[in-house]
Amino acid sequence: MNTQNNRRIVVLGNGMAGYKFCEKLIAKQLGSAIPFTLTVFGEEPRIAYDRVHLSAYFAGKTADDLALAPESWYTDNNIQLYLSDPVIAIDRDRKEVRSHHGHVVPYDYLIFATGSSAFVPQIPGVDKDGVFVYRTLEDLDLIRTYATKARHGAVLGGGLLGLEAANALLDLGLEAAHVVEFAPRLMPRQIDAAGSAILQRRLEDLGLQIHLNKSTQQLTGDGVINGMQFADGSLLSIDMLVISAGIRPRDELAKRSGLDVHPRGGIVVDNFLQTSDPAIFAIGECALVHSMIYGLVAPAYDMADVVAARLTGTEREFQPFDMSTKLKLIGVDVASFGDAFAEGDDCRTVCYENKAKGVYKRINISADGTTLLGGILVGDAAEYNQLLQVCKNKTILPPDPEDLILGNRGGEDVPGAGVMSLPDEALICSCEAVTKAQLCHEIGENGQTTIDALKKSTKACTGCGGCTPMVKDLIQAVQKQQGVYVRNVLCEHFDYTRQELLDLAKINQLTTYGAVLDTLGKGDGCEVCKPAVASILASLWNENILEKDRAPIQDSNDRYLANLQRGGTYSVVPRIPGGEITPDKLIAIGQVAKQYGLYTKITGGQRIDLFGAHVGDLPAIWEQLIAAGFESGHAYGKALRTVKSCVGTTWCRFGVQDSVSFAIEIENRYKGIRAPHKFKSGVSGCVRECAEAQSKDFGIIATDKGWNLYVGGNGGAKPQHAHLLVSDVDKATCVKLIDRFLMFYIKTADPLMRTATWINKMEGGITYLKAVVVEDSLGIAAELEGEMDALIANYSCEWKAVVESPALRQRFTHFVNAPTLKDPTVQFAPMRDQIQAQDWIR
Amino acid sequence: MTTTETITWHVACQTADVPADGGACALINGRQIAIFHLARRNEWYATDNQCPHRQQMILSRGMTGSVGDEPKVACPFHKKAFSLKTGACLSGDDYQIDTFAVRIENGMVYIGLPA
Repeated sequence: MNTQNNRRIVVLGNGMAGYKFCEKLIAKQLGSAIPFTLTVFGEEPRIAYDRVHLSAYFAGKTADDLALAPESWYTDNNIQLYLSDPVIAIDRDRKEVRSHHGHVVPYDYLIFATGSSAFVPQIPGVDKDGVFVYRTLEDLDLIRTYATKARHGAVLGGGLLGLEAANALLDLGLEAAHVVEFAPRLMPRQIDAAGSAILQRRLEDLGLQIHLNKSTQQLTGDGVINGMQFADGSLLSIDMLVISAGIRPRDELAKRSGLDVHPRGGIVVDNFLQTSDPAIFAIGECALVHSMIYGLVAPAYDMADVVAARLTGTEREFQPFDMSTKLKLIGVDVASFGDAFAEGDDCRTVCYENKAKGVYKRINISADGTTLLGGILVGDAAEYNQLLQVCKNKTILPPDPEDLILGNRGGEDVPGAGVMSLPDEALICSCEAVTKAQLCHEIGENGQTTIDALKKSTKACTGCGGCTPMVKDLIQAVQKQQGVYVRNVLCEHFDYTRQELLDLAKINQLTTYGAVLDTLGKGDGCEVCKPAVASILASLWNENILEKDRAPIQDSNDRYLANLQRGGTYSVVPRIPGGEITPDKLIAIGQVAKQYGLYTKITGGQRIDLFGAHVGDLPAIWEQLIAAGFESGHAYGKALRTVKSCVGTTWCRFGVQDSVSFAIEIENRYKGIRAPHKFKSGVSGCVRECAEAQSKDFGIIATDKGWNLYVGGNGGAKPQHAHLLVSDVDKATCVKLIDRFLMFYIKTADPLMRTATWINKMEGGITYLKAVVVEDSLGIAAELEGEMDALIANYSCEWKAVVESPALRQRFTHFVNAPTLKDPTVQFAPMRDQIQAQDWIR
Repeated sequence: MTTTETITWHVACQTADVPADGGACALINGRQIAIFHLARRNEWYATDNQCPHRQQMILSRGMTGSVGDEPKVACPFHKKAFSLKTGACLSGDDYQIDTFAVRIENGMVYIGLPA
């Protein structure tokens, strides 16, 4: 096939399948002399994005976050991409397509990846305002806008997507979210009646209202929807409806072009994904293969691979695909695998139901008890990956197969459990077809021991993400096999992690470095453990960091309570809470700067930095600043820096809350609290987010009902948006949750680990953090709040203490034998109307 | 071969002027000398105050400690560490700082500089 004449490929559709086809094709033709020319037509205005995690868009992910590749990826790979420009006609004789905007492109091969649209049943009234589908980011934007004025919402359809949509309605602040399902149970395609009952109870606890066996007869309202009328005569009053009743393959263009299309929808293809025209293929949700539409991402990716392989010279058939799924629905695990509904003489079923905990598990075993046929897990799907592998690989079951779902209840360990017992060819990541052997090789031979590294080298975990826990297990198991024991100890002087050291210092009531080293360490310490212990002691007791033996263990900046700059001088940042400052205080800062010849600059955190201070001048500078009403800004500390604020309702015509006052309150509450690393905050008075709160370690955004609290944002080298922790809470709740969040961070993070990395590395991530901080799953919330209260109660301005203590003041000199002499090597150079540090030798 | 070097002892400061397990800088004959008191080991050291990496007069404000049994100081700017015994850079760079003899007598710190 590889002649110059058949290298032109046109892809119709820029969804997940279309994108994956391009990616696979490019990878497979690497090094080929005559590359394909690829043209992609997409109907949506955006580049391909992750539709599986569409709901994450409501949880704060942006369209960019969800994008499968940056726009530059297309240009880098010479792909001609037309967005908002669907193909409207195909001339199969001339082999060319014509797009909506009139582009005519010839092809040798044409790939349909047009996906599907939402199926909208013909119920009278579906054309009313306030009726939506849940399919694209544009749909979500429309829903979000409409939701601001709606109070009662419903979702038609109790399948996976419908339940996600219902949860989204709750998250958007609707008072009530109803789920209306025609079938007698939820998720009828995945779980059985008993599993559905457990799921229903869990979802009702979370605030969803579930209506089963409901046949909708019409949607009522005058132009705008106001209710649903059911066949049983009942009525549900709502002001918005999201329809999620299944999908319809986008086959209309194929049909118009004379390709074989199934009467019930779908472009008919053979096992090679070839349509009735040999130059045309169809992949993903628009294709009907094995007489069915595969509505999952993994088979779509495999179809892309089959066609890409074919065009690059490797023929393989698309095999019937395993439709096992595991998902977390609003925090509730739901999984089904293999033959989930197996019944009859050839099958024995083991069920476990715990109504109190909301857990249901069912496994179907072959009549001879040797193989696992399939099963269902609701409420706790921890064993899913293991069971799926046992099922797929037809592993011989242990004598008591119920141990697989109930755990081993005494006796020997279950053989066959544990990820290492799987055969080498076991498919761990089905989206990208990565086997256990491949992963073990990367981990063991190439030292790829993080998920991120393995994502890069194997692409595992990059699709649905469902295999991530299993890959994590593999990393640990392979390392264990190699005799590697991973433990993050501080340094050669302490055989403890930071968290262990903090707990031990607390239990032993240690307050000095000497005592910590004597009790828990060895040697003389070093520049790694000293600042770490200094931080721990400050986080435990919040005593002045320069007293007792603690001054020499502080890091460069903390040691002199100022920021060391080029040339050996320091910069000084007084606290300006929330960025609010009076004219008198501005004048005072100006006077100090003038008197000591300091360079002044506004910082990114809405304060003023004064540069070029000699170490010996620091106490006098602070004496004047303190007299003018300033306190230390802790710009030098691994502590709260600033709480940035926008002006909020006090002046802004868009503001919905008083963000400045809240920012000042927050800054004054947490000032001086030391943590494993610096932390920043911001408070925005409305959704426009002028304070950039989502880029802070914790950020607060006003809503018209209260405040949304975000955590784990970061600027810096690896910018990261914060995760939404909780929405629409009042001030007191917000502060309480920040207390818990910060204290949990302070107690458990590694040295110099920002909150973003801490959450990224946390097992369970933001979901786990939410459970601990919001739901108090560990039962430590009261303790955390108490510890934070104690730290806050112990706050005092450390610069005030230095200014008032002759002994501490005495340490601020350059020459111990000539205290009034300044370092003569310090040089400044002119810079506009001010000074800068003399450039140093490179 | 043995070389002998004549040194002259200079008074630097009182022992209490140097923080325990910390450092201080003294100006002796126009030269900036960093003095370190490793109190846990009951040892005193003196070196150049200048870090050769970016030629900053700062080592006395560095953090003391040990690697194995070797006493060291780490520069506050970029954490280059130097042996207090030999002056050799311990962070893999090709730097060397001068070290000086220290004598403690009657609560006073004396530094021996080449005559």
